Amino acid sequence: MSLKASIGSPFARILAVGSATPSRVIDNDYLCQFIDSSDEWITQRTGIKERRWVGEGENIETLCVTAATSAIERSGVALDQIDAVIVATISHYEQTPALAPKLAHQLGLGDAAAYDISAACAGFSYGLAQAEAMIRGGQATYVLLVAGETISDITDLTDRGTAFLFGDGAGAVVLGPSETNGIGPVVWGSDGGQYDAIRMNHTIGSGVKAGVFPTIQMDGQAVFKWATGYIAKAARRCLDEAGISPEELDVFIPHQANNRITDTLLRYLKLPEKVVVARTITHLGNNSAATIPMAMDALLTSGEAKSGQTALIIGFGAGLVYAGQVITLP
Amino acid sequence: MATTEEIRAQLAELVNEVAGVPVEDVQLDKSFVDDLDVDSLAMVEILVGCEEKFGVNIPDEESKNLKTVGDAVAYIEAHS
Repeated sequence: MSLKASIGSPFARILAVGSATPSRVIDNDYLCQFIDSSDEWITQRTGIKERRWVGEGENIETLCVTAATSAIERSGVALDQIDAVIVATISHYEQTPALAPKLAHQLGLGDAAAYDISAACAGFSYGLAQAEAMIRGGQATYVLLVAGETISDITDLTDRGTAFLFGDGAGAVVLGPSETNGIGPVVWGSDGGQYDAIRMNHTIGSGVKAGVFPTIQMDGQAVFKWATGYIAKAARRCLDEAGISPEELDVFIPHQANNRITDTLLRYLKLPEKVVVARTITHLGNNSAATIPMAMDALLTSGEAKSGQTALIIGFGAGLVYAGQVITLP
Repeated sequence: MATTEEIRAQLAELVNEVAGVPVEDVQLDKSFVDDLDVDSLAMVEILVGCEEKFGVNIPDEESKNLKTVGDAVAYIEAHS
């Protein structure tokens, strides 16, 4: 008996990106009603001036559908050609089922394989690694990767360490086979020893007993230390593994956790001045898994970045987990 | 082995790079927070930079004690 193996494409690439930002603009002054802080302090410590939160009629599903629809339309890929859907999220508040099958159904993707992954702010790059492997391994030909978050739902408005950090939103990409490589080797990992650095204040069970909805908490300094030390080195490894020198890079899209982390990564990587750097944090905040595709779409839409350029992306967050790649922009 | 002055000078460069403090202000008797206006995030970054630059390990419980430039230089001298 000879067992057939799946055979994929030699390479994969991102064909298109789309994103969705919710309608409610939340500025720092609004949040300072609930916390003892100021616009100046928040701006100086994080770079964030405002963020978007879901409003009436908006939720994680509507954001994901909008972002995915945009990416699919731009890709030109027919709905029935998409054979897998991955949703990266930590804010779909149902233990089961996953959001991906529902999304696939709403988008009319037939019986595409569909599942969610939980890798927090690294979720997009984790999903990208999986999607790339699926296409190259022959498990799928076209993959829809959606990263969507509504962290506002699990934000404690009275926590002066996190109340101002997160914004809601979604980003999506369609990936497909390619003659040339569009996704460099993933550099990824985890440090469960810092499981508590970004955490929920309750499990679902203890939250139910206490009559509260669990909210997110963070040891900001521990995360900052990890991001400016370990993650800076991981970002360098992404370039090395892809065989790309800083001079060959066009665009840098780090996870938007804090503008000062981005500043440090830039100093460490010694990227040339010409490299376009994502700074969506100023008006979108930290969008968790959705950050990188939202920033990618914003840079391409504004014309600051262009299709075919080489970009370094790296996500890092709760777990702690991180993942990054060098990619060709769609 | 680097002298105290050499370590101070290298640390001054790092503090300048991270927090924009003029290198000549980074003297042994200066407090990072009170005299040099280094905030807590910049302090974390300076200590991460010290670990890299001087090859020392600075655990969190130690970092709390490094209040002045002199404290940091003495720690680096003792552990590098």
